[in-house]
Amino acid sequence: MSATTETNYHAGPDAVSAKKSRYRRVSKGRGNFELWSWVFMRASGILLLVLIFGHLFVNLMLGEGIHGIDFAFVAGKWSSPFWQTWDMLMLWLAELHGFNGVRTIINDYTEKDRTRWILKGLLVASALLVMVLGTLVIFTFDPCLDPSSTLSVCAR
Amino acid sequence: MAQAANGTLYRGREGMWSWVAHRISGLLLFLFLFAHVLDTALVRVSPDAYNQVMEAYKNPVVGIGEAGLVAAVIFHALNGLRIIAVDFWAKGPKYQRQLFWAVAIGFVVLFAPFAIRHLTIVFTH
Ligand code: HEM
Repeated sequence: MSATTETNYHAGPDAVSAKKSRYRRVSKGRGNFELWSWVFMRASGILLLVLIFGHLFVNLMLGEGIHGIDFAFVAGKWSSPFWQTWDMLMLWLAELHGFNGVRTIINDYTEKDRTRWILKGLLVASALLVMVLGTLVIFTFDPCLDPSSTLSVCAR
Repeated sequence: MAQAANGTLYRGREGMWSWVAHRISGLLLFLFLFAHVLDTALVRVSPDAYNQVMEAYKNPVVGIGEAGLVAAVIFHALNGLRIIAVDFWAKGPKYQRQLFWAVAIGFVVLFAPFAIRHLTIVFTH
């Protein structure tokens, strides 16, 4: 598209430039929300790549792989502030990135306002549940709940 | 839509199918994340509750499902980088098809070692 809208060579003879037009093509009120959500999808995507690949490598490739996942494994990780922070960032970024992506998908396929608002209501509710519950679990977790724990933080 | 001499440039080709796969994998990952946070929350209930559910997951059907999820996230992540390259790199749109094949190669390189190790564990325990 040519940058000079004043002389629009591609439009027909009756074309009116955007500046002179009586129609407001820029919607009021939403600000730059869609632009920032576009930027967020890309920035969070790059961070998620590192966080999720790291998560999968440590949990599924090192040690005993999937077979080693049990309470003791989680306790070992979440007794360290490093993994608590890692998992919290991954939780928030993945949920907000996924939330934003599914919001786009809902906007694309729903035709009735009612259906759209019901689906978005469910989406907001589920995202809040996942972020609040997930964060509480990471930070109120007690690794010593298991009486047979061999973790040094649990030594009495 | 942009037209080439022999049809459209985009529809039905790498550009469109990678978009479809990106959308489906993103939705799948979002649904999985919901289940994954709920089952992990069981560590807050009791060690037994969590261990029982993890034990129930250790079967070939769930194991193959897990491999499918890892495939979905590897594709979505690499294709996400492709989307970012198309948006920000001046030559990105020109090479979007070649970038798609780079995603395909990266996918095989990352997924093959994982699938071998994971499925070996799933089927030998
Ligand atoms: C692993 C690293 C990831 C990267 C690099 C990544 C990258 C991206 C990018 C660049 C987009 C396109 C946004 C746009 O077109 O404006 C996108 C869309 C999306 N992503 Fe991700 N993503 C990642 C992980 C995830 C995860 C974990 C989820 C699920 C919780 C997810 C769910 C989605 C959804 C639902 C969309 C919308 C698809 C659409 O509009 O067709 N992504 N992602």
